[in-house]
Amino acid sequence: MYYPPVPTVDPLALGPVGILSLFGVLGLVVELLRPKGKNGTIMLISLVGLAASAIALISDFGAGTVRSFGQMELHDHLGSISELILLVVATITVLISEPYLKEKKIAFGEFYPLLLWSTAGAMIMSTSSNLLMIFLGLEVLSISLYVLCGISRSEEKSEESAAKYFLLGAFSSGFLLYGIALIFGATGHFDLLSVTSVWANGSASSHNLLLGGFGLIVVGLCFKTGMIPFHQWTPDVYQGAPTNVTAFMSAAAKVAAFAAFWRLISAFAPSLQYWLAPLSAIAVLTILGGNLLALVQTDVKRILAYSSISHAGYILVDLLAHAKDPSINYVSMEFYLLSYALMTVGAFAVLSLLAARGKEVTKLSDLNGLWKRNPIAAVALVAFMMSLVGLPPFAGFFGKVLIFSDAVKAGLVPLAAVLAVGSVISAAYYLAIAKAAFVDEPNESPVQRPATLGPQTAFVLCMIGVIAISVFISPIQSFFQR
Amino acid sequence: MIVGKTLREEQGMMPKVFGQYVGILAMLLIAVIIGAVMVTGSWLFGPKKVSSYKNAAYECGVEPVGNARERFPIKFYLVGILFILFDIEVIFLWSWISIFKHATPAFQKFTFFEFITYMSTWIISYLYVIRVGAIDWDETVSLDSSKLTHMSPIQESELEPIGVTN
Repeated sequence: MYYPPVPTVDPLALGPVGILSLFGVLGLVVELLRPKGKNGTIMLISLVGLAASAIALISDFGAGTVRSFGQMELHDHLGSISELILLVVATITVLISEPYLKEKKIAFGEFYPLLLWSTAGAMIMSTSSNLLMIFLGLEVLSISLYVLCGISRSEEKSEESAAKYFLLGAFSSGFLLYGIALIFGATGHFDLLSVTSVWANGSASSHNLLLGGFGLIVVGLCFKTGMIPFHQWTPDVYQGAPTNVTAFMSAAAKVAAFAAFWRLISAFAPSLQYWLAPLSAIAVLTILGGNLLALVQTDVKRILAYSSISHAGYILVDLLAHAKDPSINYVSMEFYLLSYALMTVGAFAVLSLLAARGKEVTKLSDLNGLWKRNPIAAVALVAFMMSLVGLPPFAGFFGKVLIFSDAVKAGLVPLAAVLAVGSVISAAYYLAIAKAAFVDEPNESPVQRPATLGPQTAFVLCMIGVIAISVFISPIQSFFQR
Repeated sequence: MIVGKTLREEQGMMPKVFGQYVGILAMLLIAVIIGAVMVTGSWLFGPKKVSSYKNAAYECGVEPVGNARERFPIKFYLVGILFILFDIEVIFLWSWISIFKHATPAFQKFTFFEFITYMSTWIISYLYVIRVGAIDWDETVSLDSSKLTHMSPIQESELEPIGVTN
């Protein structure tokens, strides 16, 4: 008789992910049975699923750290906050999607289940310290995203985006897996928990294995978060993918990857002396490179892609500050990710309005005259741009201040200075987008597309959020800290 | 393998060892019979229409003779990938089923629930594959017409003659 262990199951910890996956399956079943060309039901199911998942999440919020499923699922506060941000991102994406997909004639019902599964993958990734689970979550997130990027089948740019993302994503997964294998070799465990003790007691050879594994995993995660020099895919994929997918991807992939990155950095903090310099170099390169390359772009989606690269650099500064001074917790990072998610998704939501006659219209000059066509969208876009630059009273300002003060507190003054310089450079291209929408007159009369309720709600919500989270910054901080 | 047995005892074991393999031998025999019946049956009763397509060597969806740098039908990969997915599915069950029988009831209950979850995802995805006609060769009849509207129709000039010409 075998006595294999029966893992303990914590239904509340699994709840949000399970509900979301289940509603994804339900959406697919409706797609099997539905009358042709109507996505209303599937969209409704997705929204209900997201709401149910959020309720399950909030009902168990701040319950403390619980490990279940044989230590593979980690239910803690960092994970719960990340999950909440992911649900917000997915909800906004569902709201903006339908009119855009219809306009581009790619209103496939499969879009919504894939979006939910992708979110579920991101949630798995952010709620585990087991490297295999992190990898599994990453793959569920990424594979759904590869399909979503290429969902506009007849468009060459979309196919290029999917193929590039798939090839480079698979390549970076290889790095990640190799790193996991080395760490397993050194510790005999897949869990990041075991790293610290092995580092303290281990021999020189196990130290080498650990550092090698750490380096490879960092390469894999840097690919996913789009850090220079692993960023080459970002602009092409962001530009080619349908705008609503870009909106989702730019926020969700970062939220999940940075949660995993945070756990990795925490586990490896004792070996800081070996890797602080190279990771600082990556942060500097990412901030300066992302901002400088954005200056020369003429396509709004590409500008926002480079902007997302530079924002990844800002967040990396916070991770390094945490590694140097463990008293700095994840509140600043999660606050920054929340504000970044709202402003980026909001900006892409406005851009998705520009698609017309089945074509992507995202040149900087295409924004001209937006002020007259859709004043609310133009005002919202300006709010997002100001927030992305980091001007008060918007959320981006407080996010940057938090990271800046963390960096100074941990003694990383040069990185803090680079962050400030990067923000100043970024003002040029963000304000160029705002100027294009507000000041410049269109050359020819652009296609008038009536804004529908969904996107209008989405970016108004994002705009309110960007202002509200800066007004209520201290309650949010204490909520994150609980 | 067994130390300290007399020759006679070992000889006595023979039928027992043989007995362990009766099942496999029977299965081999049945496989041979089924194969033989099918081949002979279709040879005897099947219609015999000879065409150049049928006589051509089978080469996984492409022309066996001709330029090697030609475009592959993407459907070939679609069917191939689906086949591999549904084929691999069983391998994950193998490790589970091999300990299931001898495990504790608690483990059996827990993993049976997991098995049901796992298999239902496969069944739903199988229904989906059938519904969208992913394994039908001709996409224009299988794909939902709403999903074809955005695609420009293939021009006559884009079509290339296929098949072996004699």
